[in-house]
Amino acid sequence: MSTTVTRPDESEVTAPAKSGRTSAGIRRALPAAAILIAIGLIWEAVSHWFGVPNYVLPSLDSIWSTGVSSWSGTLASATWVTTEEVVLGFLLSIVIALVIAFALHMSRVVRNAIYPLLIGSQAVPVVVIAPVLAIIFGYTITPKLIVVTLICFFPIVVNTIDGLASVDPELLRVMRTLDGNRWATLRRVEAPAALPSIFSGLRIAATYAPIGAVFGEYAGSQNGLGYVMIQAIPQLETALVFAAIFILTAEAILLFIAVSVLERIICPWAREGKR
Amino acid sequence: MGASGPGMPAPGPGAPGAAPAAPVTSGIGLRLSGVARNFGPLVAVSGVDLEVPLHSRLAIVGPSGCGKSTLLALICGLDEPSEGTIDVLGATTSADRLRRCAWMPQRDLLLPWRDVLGNAALALENQGVRRRAARQRVGHLVERFGLAGFEEKLPHQLSGGMRQRVSFLRTLVAGKEVLLLDEPFGALDSITRADLQEWLRTALDTEPRTTVLVTHDVEEALLIGERVVVMSARPGRIRAQFEVHLPHAGSRRELIRHPEFAELRDEILSLLEAVT
Repeated sequence: MSTTVTRPDESEVTAPAKSGRTSAGIRRALPAAAILIAIGLIWEAVSHWFGVPNYVLPSLDSIWSTGVSSWSGTLASATWVTTEEVVLGFLLSIVIALVIAFALHMSRVVRNAIYPLLIGSQAVPVVVIAPVLAIIFGYTITPKLIVVTLICFFPIVVNTIDGLASVDPELLRVMRTLDGNRWATLRRVEAPAALPSIFSGLRIAATYAPIGAVFGEYAGSQNGLGYVMIQAIPQLETALVFAAIFILTAEAILLFIAVSVLERIICPWAREGKR
Repeated sequence: MGASGPGMPAPGPGAPGAAPAAPVTSGIGLRLSGVARNFGPLVAVSGVDLEVPLHSRLAIVGPSGCGKSTLLALICGLDEPSEGTIDVLGATTSADRLRRCAWMPQRDLLLPWRDVLGNAALALENQGVRRRAARQRVGHLVERFGLAGFEEKLPHQLSGGMRQRVSFLRTLVAGKEVLLLDEPFGALDSITRADLQEWLRTALDTEPRTTVLVTHDVEEALLIGERVVVMSARPGRIRAQFEVHLPHAGSRRELIRHPEFAELRDEILSLLEAVT
């Protein structure tokens, strides 16, 4: 996967010309593109010339044509359903994670009480819990959102807490002499300081979210990319499975990029010293 | 901490320096009596008696680890003394002292996401002034701090000297009566440091405030302080006090060449050597 965040190499203060930045971006993306093309070529060669049956390793062109031909019939609506689960689940996990993280940061009692529970929640086997949720909530979107949230919230919580606690203690003392109470310090110092780590957590969570949605759909669903895969595998429609996988991959990458772009807009200062 | 009644400034043990002159300005800014601070078995400072008249400037010099910074933290209410009382313009509890003291540490500790105005306006916003109004009020001061034209620059776009000036502006904007400076120029190169020392001296001459400066640079102490206190290493005690009588108007270079400056500097340096 070519999911490196491209940070334009800006020299200290002077901003490079727009065209220079674009060409630098292209140069940065070149190795990733080259590797993708190489993998694609090998894939094509293996599937066409080594007599690998199509249900084991379909060729890229057959995946493409399957994807195109079944787009309007199945894949389009499945993609929509899964995207909805991924995006809503991701947003839900952000809200829940931030609330938990700030509560843990503000109160030692809450931290001691809840942290073990949070760690324990990560040991819950999602594969097992998903069908139970499907029994409780039926084939609705709810169990999928719960599974996505369960998988996504943890990295956000951990990174947010680390970020909030990362403020220089001397700066906190300065804030006290500048008449900053607890709330002012949280709002004007700790929360902004935590933003870069919050975004690190979000980027990790963004790559987990599509997996969570597929887990949820596997446990019981009537549509979605996971549902398409369950249906296609017994019928040996491997090309369709791969088409669904590629769409999921693209979704994860897009979500990741969206988070990175948002980070650059919200905390441009964080790029300083981070190359 | 309960109410305290510092009746009289007890002369500290081992304070052979010149007797503190009667405060020319009205009243006393700071008074420490018998102040000690222990961290477990470690005695950081002990038996400190100090008096700083209102609007006058005291410089504290001493070897590293002599508890200078601890003393400042105690004065401004970030910490409580294990023994003794601290009176800052009548405030004796740490919360009240915090309200009266501004503290500036060696590192500028600016917020990287706020521009110059935003950083300088931090205290005003903490005091409940709305963001825009706070920026406007600070905007009038920028010129005097040599920051005109840099109002909307982020800290990483400024030089070290400018960052320190922003930090200083941020400290002053808090509007506290007492100014506590903990090696404010220690992290700067010597040229910038000399520049800022002269600037600070003029700034405090035109707008006097009760100031305590902690430094290990004797010249800096003599340039900025009107009185210089020498502390000994662990446990930090006051060894001597010196009055500095130097012409007010002189430039930094003139002052350093002044015979009294040289004499005081040598005396303090030899004392520091004995104390270390």
